[in-house]
Amino acid sequence: MAPVRGVPIGKLIAAVIVLTIVSSVIMLIPDWNGEQGSTAAPKIDTLLDVMIVLSSFVFSIVMVMLVYSLWRWRVRPGDEGDGAPIHGNTRLEIAWTVIPTVIVLVGAIYSWIVLSDIEAHDPDRMVVDVYGQQYTWHFNYPEEGVTSRELHVPIDRQVEFRLHSLDVIHSFWVPEWRIKKDAVPGITTHAFVTPDETGDYTLVCTELCGYGHATMRAPVKVEDSQGVFDQWAQTQEPIPESEPKPGETTPKQLRQ
Amino acid sequence: MAGVTAALFRRPGWWRALTYTILAGAFGLALVVVLRKISGLPTFQTEQTGYPQVIVPAITAPLGFLVGIGCFDYWLRWAVGAPTFPKEREHENHGAFTWRDYFKVNTDHKVIGIQYICTTFLFFFIGGAMAMVMRAELAQPGTQIVDPSLFNGLFSTHAAIMIFVFVIPAFSGIANYVLPLMIGAPDMAFPRLNALSYWMLPIAGVLFVASFLCPGGAFDAGWTGYAPLSTGAPLGQSFFNLGVQFAGASSIATALNFLVTIVTMRAPGMNFWRLPLLVWANLSTSLLVVAATPFIAGVQFMVLFDRALHTNFFQSAFGGDVISYQHIFWFYSHPAVYIMMLPGFGIISEVISTHSRKPIFGYRLMALALIGIVVLSYSVWAHHMFVAGMFSWLRVPMMITTLLIAVPTGIKIFSWLGTLFYGKIHLRSTSMLFALGFVTTFTIGGISGVMLGMIPIDIHVSDTYFVVAHIHFVLFGGSVFTIFAGIYHWFPKMTGRMYDERLGRVHFWLTLVGMLGTFIPMHWIGMEGMPRRVADYSATFGDWNLAISVCAFVLGAAQLIFLYNMIVSWRFGPKAGPNPWRAKTIEWQVSSPPPVFNFDEIPRVVGGPYEFGVPGARHVIMPGEEAEVKEPERAGVGAPS
Repeated sequence: MAPVRGVPIGKLIAAVIVLTIVSSVIMLIPDWNGEQGSTAAPKIDTLLDVMIVLSSFVFSIVMVMLVYSLWRWRVRPGDEGDGAPIHGNTRLEIAWTVIPTVIVLVGAIYSWIVLSDIEAHDPDRMVVDVYGQQYTWHFNYPEEGVTSRELHVPIDRQVEFRLHSLDVIHSFWVPEWRIKKDAVPGITTHAFVTPDETGDYTLVCTELCGYGHATMRAPVKVEDSQGVFDQWAQTQEPIPESEPKPGETTPKQLRQ
Repeated sequence: MAGVTAALFRRPGWWRALTYTILAGAFGLALVVVLRKISGLPTFQTEQTGYPQVIVPAITAPLGFLVGIGCFDYWLRWAVGAPTFPKEREHENHGAFTWRDYFKVNTDHKVIGIQYICTTFLFFFIGGAMAMVMRAELAQPGTQIVDPSLFNGLFSTHAAIMIFVFVIPAFSGIANYVLPLMIGAPDMAFPRLNALSYWMLPIAGVLFVASFLCPGGAFDAGWTGYAPLSTGAPLGQSFFNLGVQFAGASSIATALNFLVTIVTMRAPGMNFWRLPLLVWANLSTSLLVVAATPFIAGVQFMVLFDRALHTNFFQSAFGGDVISYQHIFWFYSHPAVYIMMLPGFGIISEVISTHSRKPIFGYRLMALALIGIVVLSYSVWAHHMFVAGMFSWLRVPMMITTLLIAVPTGIKIFSWLGTLFYGKIHLRSTSMLFALGFVTTFTIGGISGVMLGMIPIDIHVSDTYFVVAHIHFVLFGGSVFTIFAGIYHWFPKMTGRMYDERLGRVHFWLTLVGMLGTFIPMHWIGMEGMPRRVADYSATFGDWNLAISVCAFVLGAAQLIFLYNMIVSWRFGPKAGPNPWRAKTIEWQVSSPPPVFNFDEIPRVVGGPYEFGVPGARHVIMPGEEAEVKEPERAGVGAPS
């Protein structure tokens, strides 16, 4: 491309492309999100990777323009004159309004598609009632009629978590599943996960819930099959009568 | 004896403030005791959330302080029909002639600006020290230095102090000083209201810090104070609820003052397309403050009422709605991030234009982008609640508006870069270094903001260290960098002296490197699974956290260089001329520091504010300058239209 008023546009574009590739590669090598443990994880990670490349591109444009202008137009010592009196360029201004608008709208549509994909409901899903309480979790399995302090689920079957809180807001997050949802006193919220890797994970509370927040964890195990899960379920305690049923949780204030 | 009585009860000042604070506090306490006696209740109530015997005095004592220090003297005299001040005493509290005048109620916008800046930086160092303690605790997994309860109190007060009594009022301070000068006004529209705004601010900061003395410790539900954690929290939470009222009232009054000043007090010829972008930025910010801040004031009162009066706004067991807290809170607190950023955009425009000796690229689009951000920022609040369990249909529209707000923000970044092109860029001023550093760090913060705006990514990283990284990139790499740029830029104007550029450069580079080292790795540990607001964490994140803490200490230490530079240069720096940066805007056309009433005669504005390199173009004709200077041809930005 021809230089515009002494600016080597072609070289700058080349620099942006090179910098984009270099920074994308650096940013994509490490496995930032960690292990993938659910069907949602690869979809979210792909969206993130696309965003990393796109962000590297935007960041490279800004950096190349910034560094180039500092290198090219840094004033020589003793020069107290003024720069070129350019007040703007309508075409350029329209371009950097319209192009980013299109990019973010495409990003929004892509995100929307991923969102509806990861939140699609499977009619054959199993249901687990999750109860958060300062500073513990417990899990009721209504189909099996048992309760546990550990979360066990079979592989390759969608689980609907009905989240309940008995006191303040907690948040249900298994990083390997990529899914998070708050457990809110007074209402039942829902999270949908299809685990597709067996293994031991940790359920992390991610909403500040008091002094024990940092240690509010529960062990999570994805079992090899439905059969193994059923066997495990039989060894668990039955749900006590006093347990509030979903939808009728009566939060009590702990710190009165 | 008469002299002592006068000092304690009649003459406005610190002695009377002390007396009135004690009297008003005692009155509040007596009111509670008497009312409870009459009602047959035990005299003192020490339920964790109650403590009316503390809360009521915590409201009355600050009001007593404001009356005692002298904020209301003129108005009270006027209201009761008493003689106000004789003509020769009318400007008694205007302007600073000794250092003591900075500790009195003063109606001079320049004095108030400096009062604001010094007070907010005091709180900056208090909040920063808290961050240092937190990073010391987080350097290793496990609990070493502070227990989890104190840790929760530390990050909550750190955020409350930095947001409510540092970033927001620091911008008010800078704008207070330069904005009336920039538009050619002798002062703000309501100088006495301006003084009241300032004096409410330290009250908020003192309430936040004083909460550490409460039984149960400081407020520890985060600066977001989500119900029902906050409604059930110990007494310290009430100090947050009240502190926010004073900070909020202060900011609303200031915003009204800016709006009226900008609309009615521009010098002749200063039409809207000739306003410096700093003025545009504060105009937009003020529009946000007056409409949004009442929401946080309201919601903190609702929490206070739930705590002290047993209302049930957020008690789900009694029909309250927990999530509505978040909706009201974020309806303020998302616009608040623009309240904390738009004035900085204004500062950066001034600095970059001046130091590249070029007009701002796309001036009108820059101003319109500010207005675009104001409009959009009211429609994005629920992106803080994608995983909160709100109605799921609200998420996608909020995602679209959130991503769209990146467009006007991008326009500003590109226009600053366009301003650099074909310029003559001076890097001699630390303010320019901070401005360019800001362009870099804020771009990173903006990009991670777009990622967070995408619902699927947000579902994963919400409430993790990724969010901590993002807010510090936009609030530290964004707001605080612009505050530093502004302080360095106008330091010669405010003090009449130059600061030490060598120390300034050391401050900048250590701050930039420390900042990147501290906050970049936080993205990664957040994605990998470290939640925010935790005193303890899984040992797998230990190495990164140690590295982050080391960088954080470098960052903290660098601020001491800034403090030393400012104090020593204010006292001993070489004299600065009226216009060391050779800028075009009006504040640089008067002496440094400017005279008490700014201008002997109001200047006349004849062109745009950034006409660098335009032959014959002028922004302003100062009184006494040659009258034959003609208005330039109707061309380019700033021409009347």
